[in-house]
Amino acid sequence: MTILQAHDLKVERGGRRIVDTVSLRLEGGAFVAIIGPNGAGKSTLMSALAGLLIADAGHVTLDGVALTAIGNRTLAQLRAYLPQNPRAEWPISVERLIALGLTPQLPAFGGLPAAFVRRIDTLLAQFDLISHRDQPATTLSGGELARAMLARALVSDPALLLADEPLAGLDPRHALDGVARLRALADGGKLVIASIHELTLAARYATHVAVLREGRLIAFGPTAQTLTSGLVRDTFDVDACVTAAGSPLAIVDFVAKPAQPWSAASSSGSDSTPRS
Amino acid sequence: MVIRRRWLWLGILLLIVAVLLSLGTGRVWLDPAILLRSIVEPEPSLAWLILSELRLPRTLLGILVGATLGLSGAVLQGLLRNPLAEPGLLGVSAGAALGAVIAIYFGLAASFALATPLFGIGGAIFAATLTLIVGRGGTLMMILAGAAVSGLMAAGLSLALNFAPNPYAAYEITTWLLGTLSDRDWNQLALAAPFILAGWACLALTARDLDALTLGEAQAESLGVNLRRVRLLALAGTAMSVGAATAATGAVGFIGLVAPHLVRPFVGHQPSRVLLPSALFGAILLVFADVATRVIPTSTEVKLGVLTSLAGTPFFFWLVLRLKRLSP
Repeated sequence: MTILQAHDLKVERGGRRIVDTVSLRLEGGAFVAIIGPNGAGKSTLMSALAGLLIADAGHVTLDGVALTAIGNRTLAQLRAYLPQNPRAEWPISVERLIALGLTPQLPAFGGLPAAFVRRIDTLLAQFDLISHRDQPATTLSGGELARAMLARALVSDPALLLADEPLAGLDPRHALDGVARLRALADGGKLVIASIHELTLAARYATHVAVLREGRLIAFGPTAQTLTSGLVRDTFDVDACVTAAGSPLAIVDFVAKPAQPWSAASSSGSDSTPRS
Repeated sequence: MVIRRRWLWLGILLLIVAVLLSLGTGRVWLDPAILLRSIVEPEPSLAWLILSELRLPRTLLGILVGATLGLSGAVLQGLLRNPLAEPGLLGVSAGAALGAVIAIYFGLAASFALATPLFGIGGAIFAATLTLIVGRGGTLMMILAGAAVSGLMAAGLSLALNFAPNPYAAYEITTWLLGTLSDRDWNQLALAAPFILAGWACLALTARDLDALTLGEAQAESLGVNLRRVRLLALAGTAMSVGAATAATGAVGFIGLVAPHLVRPFVGHQPSRVLLPSALFGAILLVFADVATRVIPTSTEVKLGVLTSLAGTPFFFWLVLRLKRLSP
């Protein structure tokens, strides 16, 4: 059973506290949607939870062991991390790109073992990428690349997946497909943590939501009890209506608050990208 | 896979042709028959002397230096994920040049022959250390530090030229800077080879991490890549191998930039697979260029560094135009 715990996590950048005293306990079998307005510290929190960013105070443990005490390669075999807007820097084929997800598992020399080749084939099929197998990854469209990257993260079958906006840029069919796949992973016992801006998808598929605002965790719990109209209104400064959260028919609808000008409603800055 | 193999064989064939040409051509054209006979039964004939004391060390040094430039260029392009990266980027070449020029400037080169390459290697290691200390904390920092160190070393070179004790010293410095393989003997080869081979070992160790870096630094790190270790290996490997190569031959440009681009499309652009073919084609290019310096009929020999720059610049233009076409 995977248990990821954050203890009083604090991250500061340029004198600004980006993650402010966040404590969390997440268990395998949960699909946790991290939601919050731009600049709330979602990406920074996820990097810290992935062990890619050393917090200024507090620490993260995986199954009771501090992430900093786990070797790079061991940790890489346990958790997969997908940053926001991942890019391929060289025009390698989609198949190769997905194979890179197996880097920590690969033997030091030699080609891909047959079992890994089959695993890649499965992922290519699951993510509707068979016809793109030999295409250079740099020529994929944004949504296709996002799917290929998600496949890359899942190919090693990690116990813990942290994906920063994995649904950004996906068309409705592939977004639904992707989020259903994340849920299926959680149902299979994995721990899935994803920051999601599509609140309806979060309300339908996430088992838990963690809500961040200005670096602080303002709510955390099972989706059905936590994701309420009031919470969305307070978090995002919009008039919101949440129906049937935590069920397959959930809908989150919102309109701008009538009396407030838009600029005042979204006073905080742009999403902070973590730097390591 | 088959295509990849075919390119490897073509490369080896080309290298053999280049080596044979390099052994045969020069001020004295050695008949292939004599060449062959002197290999089979070595005898102290003039042909054998030319072959064993001049052509052979020169050719071997050419292979080592060319392969070094190709390998280091491929590693740095992979590490920095920048198609314009080349071995000179981190200040190592300029450091080696400055060290060698200091040896010439103070007349040490005249008193014992290995002073130039020794000082060159010292200069390269000094420059690399400086780059590493200033450029801690990130890839961009390392590039900027490399640029600063290059600038510092270039300033030192200009200073040496400025204060050159006599026109002859200035001429000697300039000539050395142009880069050449002529008049290199076994001693220079023996001095440079250990550093070059140690550098290759460091560079080769980065191969798998370079693949992971295709996904960017954040994902590479999440896949278990220790970025600091990769940077250190790439910089130390470049310092030793390119430093020793530059110290032995002077500055030879463009091979480190061109060779990786030449082979990349044929190995599916995967960074780790670029390394070996890039080293191979670096060696081929350099040995061919060295042959050309001997064949081109000019009153003074065309310097190797001049020739590679002349031939490399059109390629650079092509690269720029292609990048422009590819980027939106």
